[in-house]
Amino acid sequence: MSVGPEFVDYVAKLAKLQLADDEKDALASDLAGVLEFFEQLDQVDITDVPPAKHVIGLSNVERPDAKSSSLPTDKALANTADTDEDHFVVPKVLPD
Amino acid sequence: MAIKLGELTCAGTARSVASGDLSASELIDSTLDAITAQDENLGAFLAVYGKQARQRAQQIDSDADLRRQPLAGVPIAVKDNLCVAGHQTTAGSRILEPFSPPFTATAVERLESAGAVLIGKTNLDEFAMGSSTENSAFRKTTNPWDASRVPGGSSGGSAAAVASGVVAGALGSDTGGSIRQPAAFCGVVGLKPTYGRVSRYGLVAFASSLDQIGPLTRTVEDAALILSVIAGNDSKDSTTLPVPVPAFQNDLESDASDLKIGVPEAWLGKGVDPDVKREVTAVLAELETAGAELRPIELPHEEFAVATYYVIATAEASSNLARYDGVRYGFRAESNDLADMYANTRSGGFGNEVKRRILLGTFVLSAGYYDAYYGRAQCVRTLLCKDFNQAFRDVDVLVGPTAPSTAFAIGEKTNNPLEMYLSDVFTVTANLAGLPGISVPCGQDDAGLPVGLQIIGPALGEAKILKAARLIEQLRGPFGPAPIV
Repeated sequence: MSVGPEFVDYVAKLAKLQLADDEKDALASDLAGVLEFFEQLDQVDITDVPPAKHVIGLSNVERPDAKSSSLPTDKALANTADTDEDHFVVPKVLPD
Repeated sequence: MAIKLGELTCAGTARSVASGDLSASELIDSTLDAITAQDENLGAFLAVYGKQARQRAQQIDSDADLRRQPLAGVPIAVKDNLCVAGHQTTAGSRILEPFSPPFTATAVERLESAGAVLIGKTNLDEFAMGSSTENSAFRKTTNPWDASRVPGGSSGGSAAAVASGVVAGALGSDTGGSIRQPAAFCGVVGLKPTYGRVSRYGLVAFASSLDQIGPLTRTVEDAALILSVIAGNDSKDSTTLPVPVPAFQNDLESDASDLKIGVPEAWLGKGVDPDVKREVTAVLAELETAGAELRPIELPHEEFAVATYYVIATAEASSNLARYDGVRYGFRAESNDLADMYANTRSGGFGNEVKRRILLGTFVLSAGYYDAYYGRAQCVRTLLCKDFNQAFRDVDVLVGPTAPSTAFAIGEKTNNPLEMYLSDVFTVTANLAGLPGISVPCGQDDAGLPVGLQIIGPALGEAKILKAARLIEQLRGPFGPAPIV
């Protein structure tokens, strides 16, 4: 696998990041080094080894499906940049 | 009488406040004065709650019930990735700079209910991603033992605040060593509890299967005391374990002859600084002389731990940090449409290391690569857990250095992410296996910098590692204070 600026572009798009060209070059070199380091995991025999789930062995925790208090609307909206009555306002979803 | 902050402990302060020998208000005034005097250079704090802390101290001084609480009047600093209602919580990131949470983290709430006085928020690597606190978007924190060195990270602000003497206790979070490694670098005690021992409610998530909150203190007793206050099941975090929480601080004394210590050979092998090896080996020899049994232990898959950790931690981080899109809270970049707003907000709000980890995590989870990276790492994690389970059939605790070196120079590793990641080599395993670990100061290198010794115990074995740490503390004798005090 080649880790160049195109690779960084592809992953950045998935991660919703917009990167400058000089950032892309530096990140490509960093990512190449780390991904090569990750390749050592190929040496481990994982035949019949299940993936780790909860490491302490806790299973599903359930609660009664009952109404309880939740964050009041004014507090939920207090940290956003723009609101309209009880709603978050965002820029238009479909570009021109 | 002048209060000597560097000599106070949490337990001693609470006793003195309860008996009326110490006024909580005078202590808070001294603490705030000390922060004003030294924090411009030290850089441990991102926010100081002067007015609120003074009010709380007055309340404690005038309320006999509050003065009997286990942490009555004790000033505590908390890492700025723990939410405190109505106070800015940045996680060291520009993207959360405008964020003021509507709720308080359970661990912080429990401290306050136990009589502690929240004094402020401490610096950290952005979203707790880093080993030196150099990734903070806001300021540099220096090591109280040597201002040219890093304090470690990511809980570097909490470690520096405790080591410098301004507070006797602080909270940090530990995803791959972020409590224990800065504790080692700053010469203080740092405890990462068993996964699920302490509620993560109100902790800004980094890697949810690895994150734990824990104390940084100057004594083992104080670490035990704070743990007993913050631990326990919490309906707001369903990963907390429904098990009783002992009063760890009341059961710390033990005899070395009852202790079987496993020494993983690689922990004192290549890559470990000779000074670090010398100090840890000396303490092990003293423990043996005192009657402890030492056994060499093999953890066959440990050499793969750092790679496993960085696959899993970045994968979970990329998922957790997807929530920062500028819509509901935090920084929002002005844009013409929604897709641009997401991308511009995230690109403008996140720092370099966070972007690097989001990209890595996104890639290892992406279609076509998931099985080869994330899936495989989770299988290796299973093998690592088995290695530890096997080891704890034969020994009570595992002991080795907390980090392969003492505090490195500011700027030394910032251009080499992989080298920075490798400084976590001895700490990440406890997070991957969910086990409790503690770092306790055990000596100094030739330059006078603190060396930390790490003790890892079986799941829910906090009492065991605290007792072993207490033994080492007694064998070692008084440590510190850092020269800045």
